[in-house]
Amino acid sequence: MTEVALVIDGVDVVVNEGVTLLDACRSIAKQQPTLCYLETLAPVNVCRVCVVEVEGSRTLVPSCSRKVEGGMVVQTDSERVRHSRRVVFEMLASSVNLALVDHPTREWMESYNVDPARFGPPAAPTSDRDQRHAGHHGEVVGGAAETVHQPIKVDNSLYVRDYSRCILCYKCVEACGDDAQNTFAIAVAGRGFDARISTEFDVTLPEGACVFCGNCIGVCPTGALMFRSEHELRQADLWEEDRQSVTRTVCSFCGVGCNLELHVQDNRIVKVTSPQDHSVTEGHLCIKGRFGYEYVQELGDLASTPVDVVLRRARSDS
Amino acid sequence: MFGAGGGTSSYEEIETTSVIFLWGSNARAAHPIFFHHLLRGLHNGARLYVVDPRRSESARWADMWMGIDVGSDIALANAMANVIIERGLANHDFVNNATTGFEAYAKTVAGYPLERAAEITGIPGDAIEQAAIAYATAATAQIVWTLGITEHHNATDNVLALTNLALLTGHVGRYGSGLVPLRGQNNVQGGGDMGAIPNKLPGFQDVEDPVLRGRVEEIWGRPIPPEKGWHLTQMFEACHAKMLRGLYVIGENPADSEADSTHAREGLASLDFMVVEDIFMTSTAEMADVVLPAAADWAESEGTVTSSERRVQRVRKALDPPGEAKTDLEIISRLAEAMGAGWGLPTAEEVWDELRRVSPLHTGMSYRRLDELGGIQWPCYDENHPGEKFIHHRLWKVPVEGPPAPFFPVEWVAPVDRLTDKFPLRMTTGRHLDGFNTGVQSGGFDSPIRVGGTIDLSPEDAERLAIAPGEMVQVISRRGQVEVPARIDSSLREGLVFMAVHYSETADVNRLTIEAWDPKSGTAEFKATAVRVEKAGV
Amino acid sequence: MDLRFMADEPSAVERAVIARLIDPVESRNGQVVRGGHAARGHRHLLLPALAAVQSELGWVSRGALNEICRRLLVPPAEAYGVASFYALISTDPRPAEVTHVCDDIACRQVGGLDLLSQPSGGEVVTTPCLGQCDRRPAMFVQRAGGQDEVLVSGPPATVHAGPLLRRVGKVDPSSLADFRKQGGFEGLRRAQDIGAEAVVAEVKKAALKGRGGAAFPTGVKWEAVANEPAPRYLVCNADESEPGTFKDRVVMEGDPFAVIEAITIAAFATGCEKAYIYVRGEYPLATSRITAAMAASREAGLLGELEIEVFRGQGAYICGEETALFNSIEGFRGEPRQKPPFPAQAGLFGRPTVINNVETLINIPEIVLGGGDAYASVGTPDSTGTRLFCLSGDLARPGTYEIEMGRTLGDLVELAGGFAGEPKAILLGGAAGFFVSSDYLSMPLTFEDARARGVTLGSGVVMAFNHDRDMHDIVRRVARFFRDESCGQCVPCRVGTVRIEEAVARARSAPIDRPLIADLDRAMKDASICGLGHTAASVVQSAMAMGLI
Ligand SMILES: Cc1cc2nc3c(=O)[nH]c(=O)nc-3n(C[C@H](O)[C@H](O)[C@H](O)COP(=O)(O)O)c2cc1C
Ligand code: SF4
Ligand code: SF4
Ligand code: SF4
Ligand code: FES
Repeated sequence: MTEVALVIDGVDVVVNEGVTLLDACRSIAKQQPTLCYLETLAPVNVCRVCVVEVEGSRTLVPSCSRKVEGGMVVQTDSERVRHSRRVVFEMLASSVNLALVDHPTREWMESYNVDPARFGPPAAPTSDRDQRHAGHHGEVVGGAAETVHQPIKVDNSLYVRDYSRCILCYKCVEACGDDAQNTFAIAVAGRGFDARISTEFDVTLPEGACVFCGNCIGVCPTGALMFRSEHELRQADLWEEDRQSVTRTVCSFCGVGCNLELHVQDNRIVKVTSPQDHSVTEGHLCIKGRFGYEYVQELGDLASTPVDVVLRRARSDS
Repeated sequence: MFGAGGGTSSYEEIETTSVIFLWGSNARAAHPIFFHHLLRGLHNGARLYVVDPRRSESARWADMWMGIDVGSDIALANAMANVIIERGLANHDFVNNATTGFEAYAKTVAGYPLERAAEITGIPGDAIEQAAIAYATAATAQIVWTLGITEHHNATDNVLALTNLALLTGHVGRYGSGLVPLRGQNNVQGGGDMGAIPNKLPGFQDVEDPVLRGRVEEIWGRPIPPEKGWHLTQMFEACHAKMLRGLYVIGENPADSEADSTHAREGLASLDFMVVEDIFMTSTAEMADVVLPAAADWAESEGTVTSSERRVQRVRKALDPPGEAKTDLEIISRLAEAMGAGWGLPTAEEVWDELRRVSPLHTGMSYRRLDELGGIQWPCYDENHPGEKFIHHRLWKVPVEGPPAPFFPVEWVAPVDRLTDKFPLRMTTGRHLDGFNTGVQSGGFDSPIRVGGTIDLSPEDAERLAIAPGEMVQVISRRGQVEVPARIDSSLREGLVFMAVHYSETADVNRLTIEAWDPKSGTAEFKATAVRVEKAGV
Repeated sequence: MDLRFMADEPSAVERAVIARLIDPVESRNGQVVRGGHAARGHRHLLLPALAAVQSELGWVSRGALNEICRRLLVPPAEAYGVASFYALISTDPRPAEVTHVCDDIACRQVGGLDLLSQPSGGEVVTTPCLGQCDRRPAMFVQRAGGQDEVLVSGPPATVHAGPLLRRVGKVDPSSLADFRKQGGFEGLRRAQDIGAEAVVAEVKKAALKGRGGAAFPTGVKWEAVANEPAPRYLVCNADESEPGTFKDRVVMEGDPFAVIEAITIAAFATGCEKAYIYVRGEYPLATSRITAAMAASREAGLLGELEIEVFRGQGAYICGEETALFNSIEGFRGEPRQKPPFPAQAGLFGRPTVINNVETLINIPEIVLGGGDAYASVGTPDSTGTRLFCLSGDLARPGTYEIEMGRTLGDLVELAGGFAGEPKAILLGGAAGFFVSSDYLSMPLTFEDARARGVTLGSGVVMAFNHDRDMHDIVRRVARFFRDESCGQCVPCRVGTVRIEEAVARARSAPIDRPLIADLDRAMKDASICGLGHTAASVVQSAMAMGLI
């Protein structure tokens, strides 16, 4: 393996050829913000919060996808970099509900003094995003900042989709598509600001191709995609992450041996994830591993703790 | 397979192999996350051949789907071998160095010229030829199978037919080339590893081998019965013959899961005494004299399981078991206490450490290492050994290390349950993506994609029988009949019908299937039943 | 693939339209089906199939989408994502006739907006620039089952010809014989005589720079591709959707064989076995003329082994961006790709690809015939040859003007008969360009002079505005254009174009928020993926600088 030498923020770095600038930054413990990047997915470089300055390049470059080259001189914290990152975060925060975005992102936003309010108050919620036609949009008055708001989609017993939280990072599309599940139940539809994640003709998930593996939920960084159990508990104000334990075990169904992380609150499984760094699953599961835990809950005659009540209601509602 | 009973390869190998045969496996539905690895292989350019009577979800990805007639796999495999030998594509260096019995094998497969194979299997000769050439000339190739191969009266022969192909071409014992049986349950492999096979001690040590047995007897400080035991089907025979009088069933539900369930229930009913230890009140438990409520092994207790790539992984307790339920380990230990064995109440890790002394394959797998490495693939002989991604590399040593691998020539035999005018349809069984075995576990959650128990018919048969989608029909076999709704499925072809196995309450497929079983492995013939379908109420 | 489809079935007509275009991709022989990789490799037929249904039925129904997906093994969600990307494809029922009235910056000044309220048989919608600014106002009519058509109201436009346009208006665009009589295909013969490498050498000597906007040296691009392994592709970029631009249309409608000859030489020189001409969907006449010219040339044996495919765009400015164009042909959403890799290494279908603008290409026969040195003697050392400019707006004689590079903007305006009314501003380069004042009339029209002054020649747009024009309205329309045409992939452009439009809208009644615009522009320039985002705020910035808003 050939090695490549470059300079990042004044530090000499030697890395293997073929790795990205992000990898190189991480090799010297310089974290960068990322939203659309995930180790297990092909980089789509669309969120642009990871951009860095490379000497000689007309524009900033996305560190998540740009491959290292010998002699590169890279700035990750120049005024120019900070400016773009701040404005990009402001654009996102002014158009998307980021209340549930992951913790590191929140810290980055604080460190860049992100001020989404400078674009004006958020515009009134809309409900027609799924009907918009490419190249056409309504009159813009300018008094308020348009958002991606659309009503929350609850069309099945296992997931909830709240695209007013969607930053269009493409991760769910990749996880449902080429990079893992290859079911292609969801894709990006529409264009420009009206681009959105959609099934064909916006049919419900059960009508579409979805196989309910939950792998889209597993990669969503903003809480736009959420398990029904978590959603219901949050609605009831009973979701208490600091009271949850996470235990790693192995799926009880077929012989593939997928690792599961059981998130347990009040002796009830409230969510199942899979470790991203495990070679068997890379974080992905099938419907059985993801949702097939109900039988152990049912055996323990569902008690009357508030968590149980909500979980049971969620199930009977659907 | 040539010694230890486990898949030869790692999942990661299928991502870079060149040719994949998915034989009697609908992994897309039954082993979805394995299929992720396979799909990556396809994206990397691998060619996929799927041998399956149905054009299943998996078959839809195939470069070539071979819609084989149920129960003719040996004829296909032998015909492929014949093509490979005739065209000079056998890997003679490998065969000469690492195998025995080639001459006899060549003679057997010579009995399967393309015309004959086409007649038996229903697959045109040119397709068989193409598949054979693709397999033999691939840089690396894998054969992956599941119950479509093993749920037959000649299951062992089916598997041997496939291993023969791998030996003939040298597609085993190298990175990327191998034989991969996908296990149907999370710890079938682990059960085998631990010696839950009638003729094996832990670590696949032959119970009838006095040296191996002696070593284990020494560790355990007890004599071990020197003869192999009965497998499941033999146990039922023994019930009926009144030779088996008492049974301790742990985590099995034979009253529902056995082919020809009527016969199985009669057997259980004839027992003097039965104990069932389970997390559910199963149909079998309802027949028991004593029921011991158990904790769910994967979420309510500590231990290990082994996956289809021989990876031993830890399961951990995340929940307190309900009511009086106890872990299997505690129940067995207490039982032993009551019987005066003096085991005390060992922890799972203590039991595991004993196993590590008994089974050389597991010796290096301390709990600490299993945690750190995300599981270890056996064999793992000591605490410095990383485990093995693939096994049988010894076959590539010149001269071969250890005993050479023998060819086992096998002949095709037609399925036991013959098609006749009265029972003209071939019924096969399988799994849905959101279902699992008899359905007690998978039935618990509200799956938006659950199809439910149906009889699936080809569009042609449905039209001929004037059956509409959703219409209730009678499915009748020589053993019984069930009434279920019909579903039309274009992945079936004329003459072939399908039932999923998960709906014993509404669509009990095992009332129809035949109890004919493989004398070598004890697996029953779930996959080839002769039935007829009639409109209900006619 | 184990795809799942909606329950909807196609109508008989839909089925027939689709069957005409797509042969079964899987083959069945009894109990064997051959499919897999080969069967999945037909995605490039997706957009043509959607377009065929749209053109025949006026919209793409669920049943039709299902049928296309079934036949091509494309997941319905993905196909819907592609269909809904394009303005000319509707996934909702529409009347058989849909009129797209141009309300873009040239047409909206002269009654384009009034056309919107005129009675029509079907539905009337607005459209961005139709590339007819020289004959404004214009509209484009989509007729289900019939011929699409462009209707213009203005008088015939001027064509001021130099060597490139010399045949336009003089040659019968449907006659190969006429074309050959006027010197056509002699460049190809000469190219074959001197050989591929020599052609590339002459193009390098000519120092020809791309006319599509980026001004990249064509010879360098060609050489890079010629040195990459086969298969290679050639793409003629005829998507021409930059507001104010119409020169490529004038060439394709007036001298289509010239484009075919140029492509044939280029493919020969760079070793490409297949060429695509990507023509914007709103150019039906250019499309039919180019298609006919290609067929006639092929029939006459002039193309040799070269396969040329005319690919019709479906209403997306972004598909003029080279990598978005590749994705569009490949059957994906027209989203640009991050570069590197560049097209010369990994372009269409991941293969080495030459992509050139129509105008760039038609220079090639001249270069081959006259030699690179002679070509380079015209213009300045850094800006060689002649250049086509698209003059429109408040000028006496709008039209296409071919002039030697190096003449001034003032010369050009004069050629067009000068301003109509009192000049206020000139839009130079296109919507992705800049507003300039009369101070720039003395600027020589070269790449280097433009760069030195911080502007661009872009796609050759020179649109004049006089004092009566509502510049706020114009700038707002430009802001709307970028918001509508952003592919939506990257955050700075997807959201930035909206925030710019909002800020401009607010400036109707209040002073414009300069720091905000500057902040947005800077982040969009620095952090967007492609040229659209990089340039989307330029016009607003320059309008602000000139005090137009
Ligand atoms: C948003 C956008 C739209 C573009 N549209 C066109 C176009 O319609 N025609 C064109 O030739 N080039 C267009 N380009 C430039 C192309 O990306 C590319 O540079 C050009 O086709 C190269 O050809 P040339 O070297 O001959 O100029 C566009 C670029 C961008 C960023
Ligand atoms: S739903 Fe989530 S994962 Fe999908 S694009 Fe939106 S933010 Fe990303
Ligand atoms: S998650 Fe699915 S594929 Fe993985 S072990 Fe469980 S059942 Fe098998
Ligand atoms: S800059 Fe705009 S048009 Fe270009 S990739 Fe980004 S969103 Fe798409
Ligand atoms: S993380 Fe690099 S562009 Fe999103």
